[in-house]
Amino acid sequence: MAQQSKYFSREEMQRLAQRALGFSTADEARVNIQSGVRGNTRFAVNQISTGGDVYDATLTFTSAFGKKVASATTNRFDDESLRAVVQTSERLARLVPEDPEYLGELGPQQYPNATPFFQSTANLTPEARAAAVNAITRPAATRNLVATGFLDMVVGSQAVATKKGLFAYQAGTETNLTTTVRTPDGTGSGWAGVGQNDWSKVDPAQLADRAIRKAELSRNAKAVEPGKWTVILEPTAVANLVQLMTFAMDARSADEGRSFFSKQGGGNKIGEKFLDPRVSIYSDPSDPQIFSSAFNGQGLPNRRMQWVESGVLRNLQYSRFWAQKQGREPTGFADGFYMSGGNATIDQMIASTERGLLVTRLWYIRPVDPRTILYTGLTRDGTFLVENGRITSAVKNLRWNESPIFMLNNIEAMSAPVRVSASESGEAGSAVTVPAIKARDFTFTSLSDAV
Amino acid sequence: MKRRDFLVQGTALAAGSVLLPGLARAHAPVLEMDDPQVKELAMRAVDAARRAGASYADVRISRNRTQAVGTRERQITFFNDGETYGFGVRVLANGSWGFAASRDLTADEVERVARQAVSQARASAAAQRRPVELAPGERYPDATWTSPVQTDPFNVPIEEKVALLLAANEAALKVQGARFVNSSMFFLKEEKTFANTDGSYIAQTIYRSFPQLNVTAVSPDMSDFQSRRSSDIAPMGLGYEHVRNSRLVENAPRWAEDAVKKLTAKAVQPGRYDLVLLPTHLWLTIHESIAHPTELDRIMGFEANYAGTSFIYPIRDFLGKFRYGPEFMNVQGERSTPGGLSTVAYDDEGIRPDEYLIIKNGVINDLQTTREQAPMLADWYRQQGKPVRSHGNSYSQSWADVQFQRMPNVNLLPDTVKDTSVEELVSGIQDGILIDGDGSFSIDQQRYNAQFGGQTFQEIKNGRITGPLKDVAYQMRTPEFWNGMDAIGGRSTYFLGGAFNDGKGQPSQSNAVSHGSPAARFRKVNVINTGRKA
Repeated sequence: MAQQSKYFSREEMQRLAQRALGFSTADEARVNIQSGVRGNTRFAVNQISTGGDVYDATLTFTSAFGKKVASATTNRFDDESLRAVVQTSERLARLVPEDPEYLGELGPQQYPNATPFFQSTANLTPEARAAAVNAITRPAATRNLVATGFLDMVVGSQAVATKKGLFAYQAGTETNLTTTVRTPDGTGSGWAGVGQNDWSKVDPAQLADRAIRKAELSRNAKAVEPGKWTVILEPTAVANLVQLMTFAMDARSADEGRSFFSKQGGGNKIGEKFLDPRVSIYSDPSDPQIFSSAFNGQGLPNRRMQWVESGVLRNLQYSRFWAQKQGREPTGFADGFYMSGGNATIDQMIASTERGLLVTRLWYIRPVDPRTILYTGLTRDGTFLVENGRITSAVKNLRWNESPIFMLNNIEAMSAPVRVSASESGEAGSAVTVPAIKARDFTFTSLSDAV
Repeated sequence: MKRRDFLVQGTALAAGSVLLPGLARAHAPVLEMDDPQVKELAMRAVDAARRAGASYADVRISRNRTQAVGTRERQITFFNDGETYGFGVRVLANGSWGFAASRDLTADEVERVARQAVSQARASAAAQRRPVELAPGERYPDATWTSPVQTDPFNVPIEEKVALLLAANEAALKVQGARFVNSSMFFLKEEKTFANTDGSYIAQTIYRSFPQLNVTAVSPDMSDFQSRRSSDIAPMGLGYEHVRNSRLVENAPRWAEDAVKKLTAKAVQPGRYDLVLLPTHLWLTIHESIAHPTELDRIMGFEANYAGTSFIYPIRDFLGKFRYGPEFMNVQGERSTPGGLSTVAYDDEGIRPDEYLIIKNGVINDLQTTREQAPMLADWYRQQGKPVRSHGNSYSQSWADVQFQRMPNVNLLPDTVKDTSVEELVSGIQDGILIDGDGSFSIDQQRYNAQFGGQTFQEIKNGRITGPLKDVAYQMRTPEFWNGMDAIGGRSTYFLGGAFNDGKGQPSQSNAVSHGSPAARFRKVNVINTGRKA
């Protein structure tokens, strides 16, 4: 394949942003641009079903007259289209009422050095993706199992620029490989997956091996009673739950009295101990374990933020407006996070468990009660009974109703943190690094017949 | 997880490589969709695919306009206008699919992309176990269709939209105890042109409108908060008239009062209850536990890695045999209800969708299909004396995504004999709960075990409503739940609910779909209390 531009370089972004800003007649203007290629290969029933690469780019132009603000988006960058998108945003901005919370655009900023860009991912051609898929489907077919899955990759860049001279640019790569291996009679199902910025860290054969082992082990599942169980949650399942807490860490809704992080009588829980003291959570755009965006949509830098330290709430997410109102610093929000762990292995957790459940991953997770960050969902693709320190049987899947807050107060043991694929959809996304956790009193509420 | 900023929303599945046009490169001007050049380019793409060896090819050229406006309390929070424009070519070559897409609508580019799609198909064919077989195509050489809109939302003054939302917020905030209100409107206008090797050329314009409001009440000591969403206003495939007819200002105080009442409502005692489910709630249960498990691609295992499979397997044990529910249960698939979100005259492979009964007299009777899938049901159709024909259930969310099987509007049909009212359904209950509005929802990957919340809950004692409850969710197993339905409301209780963003596929594509339903009564359903103390 001929060498081609997969995404806009810093210089191209600068030129494009300047061209767009050049058409602006508003008091304030901001341009947000994203460009890139998204490549994917899907496989089903041991063969590639679809795959390919889409190249696209979009530009969103925001205009403000005083405190009257509006935006418009286009995916065409000829002068006529750029002029049109600027004019649309200006026309809308003149017509909308004032936004009393609009603080104007930012001038030049200092950004952390965060370039989560890896040539191994940028070079992931359709042929290389097909080879990775074969490394999963071949061993599955050899063992008379059925592999289905998804390899997603993104090579792209994003930029923000304002009329006040701010310019932010970041290029990056992400990849995510997931597979669900099922027995042909549908009585067993196993999953494995991982997300990485750097494709060279992904080992498809090892993922295949895990999913195959789980599919075979999960045959002949027996039913156990729902109720409070000791669980050993593999890192993926931990991420599925813990990320729900990070989504809820918004200072404003806490201060407004409509969040778990609201304090009775007013204010929020910053400074309070609310989790097991072994739990610390931070985000840091330049940490290779949890690379993330160096800036937010307004061009505000993201920086290292300690959200939880030894079980104490250290920070919530503050927007520019809410930070100004409450006399705090805006925090930005790096979308990946790192959670501290321990030194137990999953094998040791199993060995130390008299009766419990080993859980591979959670699925169809939806909010039930925001007051306690209570969610519901199901176990899926590998749920096993542990008795007297050994895995004794596969068990039928269970529905749970649980909050990460309760789970992180019931910790018995943790492993070293690892990078996982935390999204339900298997798409390339935020970098999440978490441990496996053994926890007591995890609430299962009903049985599911789904395999 | 939030999508990362590197990704352009709406970009998805495609094959081959499509060049990102260089910045210096001149674009062709944006064409109006009725410009004769659009047809020329579509034909050029189809011809190029055929010349490259495609046995079948289709092209979709589309221009999507979106508008979103949001407010909170007394202020605007966002106003965005968006447009995306491009084309996608899908081909069948050597028995395999190929797809490619580009945002650069020029003569050279459509030909290049068409060839790219063919080479992609050939590459996939190397690993093909069973070549794709298509049900018969149809030819519509000059067809057009537009959603039945009275007022194009994009022609309505911005000031009017913002003023309406702020007035609705104000009406809600007048209610004592209502502290926060968010309201928004979302509009879509998609001009979609389709051409294929069967000789069809179809131009459709699809509209969607979605007004929403959400009120939060907070207790005076900040120890509790409760919300109520405008779940009785569904998204629709209509224009701005739907927003006006939603009467947000008039309804807002009622939603606010519901939120305030929840603060002091009685917490439900867990146990088995008889339920009266209003269609504002039941549409979502239909969506999750009937519409999804009857998608044929799920059943065949193609979605196993994400959306999941289905308990309906193997097909021969279910079609014409499996009792989903009582004799009076009939569930229809269609894309013709005026204002339905899935309503179109032609699907994304040029087929006229038909109306069909997925469940007939309580028994599974048919499944959702595309041209590729209908032949998988050939034996069943032959038994029935029916032709092997696609139901017209192919859909793609944009020019950049490949079309695949997506659900049509799937409706539970009301009682046609007797117009049973909600009051009559309630009067037959000793100890039960009436649920209004869709809330929390979750269902397993084969669509057996589900849990649903709601917006408001009313206690029923001895055939009468006695007051509000809170912290209610019910859990069910699909077959037992539907077989426990013992009465169904009549035409006067019928309501069209809808899902604005139904996800399926990898990368995930969003489909919009309506579900019509009457009110209905269910016996002995397991209800849990979702309130936990932190």
